[in-house]
Amino acid sequence: MTDFLQLLISGLATGAIYALAAIGFTLLWQTSQTINFAQGEFVMVPAFLALIAMRWFGVPFVASLVLAILASMLLLGVAFRYIIVGPLIRRGVLPLVISTIALSILLKESVKDFYSAEAQTFPTLLPDTLITVAGVSVSLAQLGVLAVALVTIVLLQWFLAGTRTGRQMQATAQNPTVARILGVPVERMILYTFLINAALAAMASLLVSPIYLAKFSNGETLGLIAFVAAIVGGFNQVRGAIAGGLLIGVLDNLAAAYVSTAYRQAIPLILLVLVILFRPQGLLGRKEERAV
Amino acid sequence: MSTSTSLLIGLLLLVLLALAPVDLNDFGVPYPGLRRYGTYILTLWLVTAIAAMGVNLIVGYAGQETLAQAAFVGIGAYLTAIVTKAGVPFGVAFAASGLLTFVIGIALGFPALRVQKHYLAFVTLAFTVLCWLVFRNEQWITGGVMGIRDIERPTFLGWPLRNHIRFYWFVLAITAIMTFVLWWIVRSPWGRAFTALRENPLRAESLGIDVRLYTLLTFALGSAYGGMAGSLYAPLVEFIDPSPFALGPSLLFMLMVVIGGSGTFLGPFVGAGIAVLLPEWLRAWETWYLLIYAVLVMVMMAFFPGGIVGLLSRLVARKARS
Amino acid sequence: MLRKTLAVASIAIGGLWAPAGFAQDIVIPNIIELSGGGATVGAMWKNGSSMAVEEINASGGILGKKIKLEFIDTASDPGKARAAMQRALDDKPVAIFGPIYSGSVSATLKMTADAEVPQVMGGEAGPLTAQGSKYLFRTSFGQNVSMPKIANYLRDGAKAKTVAVVYVNNDFGKGGRDAITKELAARDIKVVADISTEAGQADFAADVIKLKGANADAIFVYLNEEESARFLREAKKQGLNKPLVGETTLLGQKVIDLAGDAANGVKGHVGLTVDAPVPAIQEFGKKYEAKYKSKPDHNGVKGYIAPYMIKAAAEKAGKLDGKAIAAALHGMTITPDKVPGILIEATWDDTGEIDRISFLGEVKDGKQVITETLPKLKK
Repeated sequence: MTDFLQLLISGLATGAIYALAAIGFTLLWQTSQTINFAQGEFVMVPAFLALIAMRWFGVPFVASLVLAILASMLLLGVAFRYIIVGPLIRRGVLPLVISTIALSILLKESVKDFYSAEAQTFPTLLPDTLITVAGVSVSLAQLGVLAVALVTIVLLQWFLAGTRTGRQMQATAQNPTVARILGVPVERMILYTFLINAALAAMASLLVSPIYLAKFSNGETLGLIAFVAAIVGGFNQVRGAIAGGLLIGVLDNLAAAYVSTAYRQAIPLILLVLVILFRPQGLLGRKEERAV
Repeated sequence: MSTSTSLLIGLLLLVLLALAPVDLNDFGVPYPGLRRYGTYILTLWLVTAIAAMGVNLIVGYAGQETLAQAAFVGIGAYLTAIVTKAGVPFGVAFAASGLLTFVIGIALGFPALRVQKHYLAFVTLAFTVLCWLVFRNEQWITGGVMGIRDIERPTFLGWPLRNHIRFYWFVLAITAIMTFVLWWIVRSPWGRAFTALRENPLRAESLGIDVRLYTLLTFALGSAYGGMAGSLYAPLVEFIDPSPFALGPSLLFMLMVVIGGSGTFLGPFVGAGIAVLLPEWLRAWETWYLLIYAVLVMVMMAFFPGGIVGLLSRLVARKARS
Repeated sequence: MLRKTLAVASIAIGGLWAPAGFAQDIVIPNIIELSGGGATVGAMWKNGSSMAVEEINASGGILGKKIKLEFIDTASDPGKARAAMQRALDDKPVAIFGPIYSGSVSATLKMTADAEVPQVMGGEAGPLTAQGSKYLFRTSFGQNVSMPKIANYLRDGAKAKTVAVVYVNNDFGKGGRDAITKELAARDIKVVADISTEAGQADFAADVIKLKGANADAIFVYLNEEESARFLREAKKQGLNKPLVGETTLLGQKVIDLAGDAANGVKGHVGLTVDAPVPAIQEFGKKYEAKYKSKPDHNGVKGYIAPYMIKAAAEKAGKLDGKAIAAALHGMTITPDKVPGILIEATWDDTGEIDRISFLGEVKDGKQVITETLPKLKK
């Protein structure tokens, strides 16, 4: 039982990171039909932006974190929106998919060639203190990840459902044509989703790097898992992505402990196939209303 | 272009390619012939192009996305390596590779195509990673991460293909046959149905074309091309391990087809050529070639989403008009 | 016209007839992992070998000739490694460096043997040197040498009757796992848990829980650097209190830096690393760090000694000829008083296996401490 709880907590903490990456993934899909194959790299890069600020320019730690988030929003949000997605948005899904695959290579190789091919330690806001309750050990850093991720998600939900801009964004996601007729500034709403995606990815990056180190290749598995989490949870729902992320995080740990470490990656993928076969809209998604 | 002109150009290309590794100085032509490495690279290009032709069929003609081509190449490669080492003739292994990947293609595509567009991509993505895990973990049959060593090159009608030039000719002949078959399929009524499908699925349906069945068969056939490419890959490299059959290489297959020009007949050859030869061209840049490649792909997509062949044919058309 | 067309065509096919470098220099191709899974390892090797070549060239080169290194990326893929090897061999080089991944070495070692070109490589899998190539040379212990040492340590030092093995599922980890399992069985030590992990794995919670459940006397950890660090952090978090035993990487400075105090108490066998209590090696570590702003690991050392091996062997043979260099290296002992760049006395046997002293050590207060020096296997 203790083991199970330990796995559950660890899985949730990792799953929260996946959820942050998966939310952005679904947001981009909804508003601009962008399947972002570079999403994993979006979570890898911000930690290096912070490292560059700290180690190359001597910026203090907390300021570096803020800078990293802002720079990510600029690079992975605005620049991504206008330089890469912009020219391709009307050309269908495939060219954009190809372009994001190329982007993932570009980001990964740039970090490797310009910064380092080696894993880097990353300072943490929260001390690595252990809390042990009933035999289950959790580090403060892990709890921090979970807490920050959950607060971010709640804020995002409130923003989408409770504010005027948020509702305009949802309208854009559901039907851009109608939204435009109703006077929603669709272009700006699309930009907002890109900014939110970049900010969430940066959050995930800065939360995960102190625990698991920063490395240029970290995005490979992360991107795949965010993708799987988004589809499993429901490609068109933010809450689906959250549930998908947490579920995959926990499932991965349980599979490694109780099924097979060699096939731990297989379990989420089998779940993915089952979901596609029996509930294609995802566990929490609704049926796609728009004809693609 | 008329049928006979196309065939003639194809034949001419075939002869030129066949002569590429031959030293022509004896025949009074100042051409030294490709060395071992050049021949190896050309053979690798042909094998890659076969797999890319399969992707092109799925992406360019049926309008689907497949992220499983490297896995199909892997299935063909492993099957061939394992059974030829057990003494089965290469011809049988080659046919079995094509057949097995065709059947798997049907089994994989049937449920996925029931659902929605893009879902085939998701299913093939999962399939690729699952295959890679099996290649890697089932050491008793696949050799696991240590791979399979010393895969023999086959003998063709008593003619050993150990020599690199002979093996190149062998692969070239197979590529030519497979290209011709595909060319014939694309031009057959069956192939015209694909084109109709791509241009206007709704109209195709109203004309009585069973869209789902056609898409499924295309996917299976494209996958079988991957399997057969794999069957040639194993004796070419004489060693296989799981790394070339992972998800990343599957994405690169999509990339090369779109870069070459998806839906164009020559696109896969151009795309595969770039993928195989580009590291060679940019060798002086060491690892930077990946950065350059990535930037080129993004620029290409932004300005010429039709790929290189699409771009060239547009330029030719413009010249013809003016 | 025809000549011109052919010239254009040859450029188009991308210099497949590439000229053999500068006539006055010796070009040594490095066929290594510069991208893909082995990028970190390849970067280390590249830095190490470049540094050695600069030093050699500054002091007059080999037999009066300067060396030029060429770096060719295998993308960590044996098929590409094979292509790169073919190209390099077409130019008939004096020697080849790399690959480092054992799979890529396995795919290329026949080619260098056929071409009679010495191949100085970084692979550690046991079977590589057992295939009868007269041209393959190691720069570090093969697992066939290091694992018996670890197994002895587990039996005599850790006094373990049962051992749990955690390994990374790539050719490095799996090779080591297979070798140690065999050695442990020969010493009547039972393997009670056999846990495979992924390269790049982040979360080791489940693996550590399995290890706790296995309740072995000692745990043998055979992972790459950053995975070792992540594992040690998780082990500390969950209070895993069994002796953790490793081979070279686990006790390396890099893992200690990444894992922080979670690395304290780790023990095991150390092949040649920059932490060895040998002044020449520590000196190398300082030079490397000053030049590349990062600490070298054993792959940096492997890359560094490769050019010096060729230099020493070529000078012994008296000529720059691949066949003669390979013949000279067999049975050769290179000592640091004659060739300082070799760092530590080393002997190569007829199969290309390396023999030199190694160490037993442990991590105390964030530093590697050597507790015992193991002599060379053969005197």
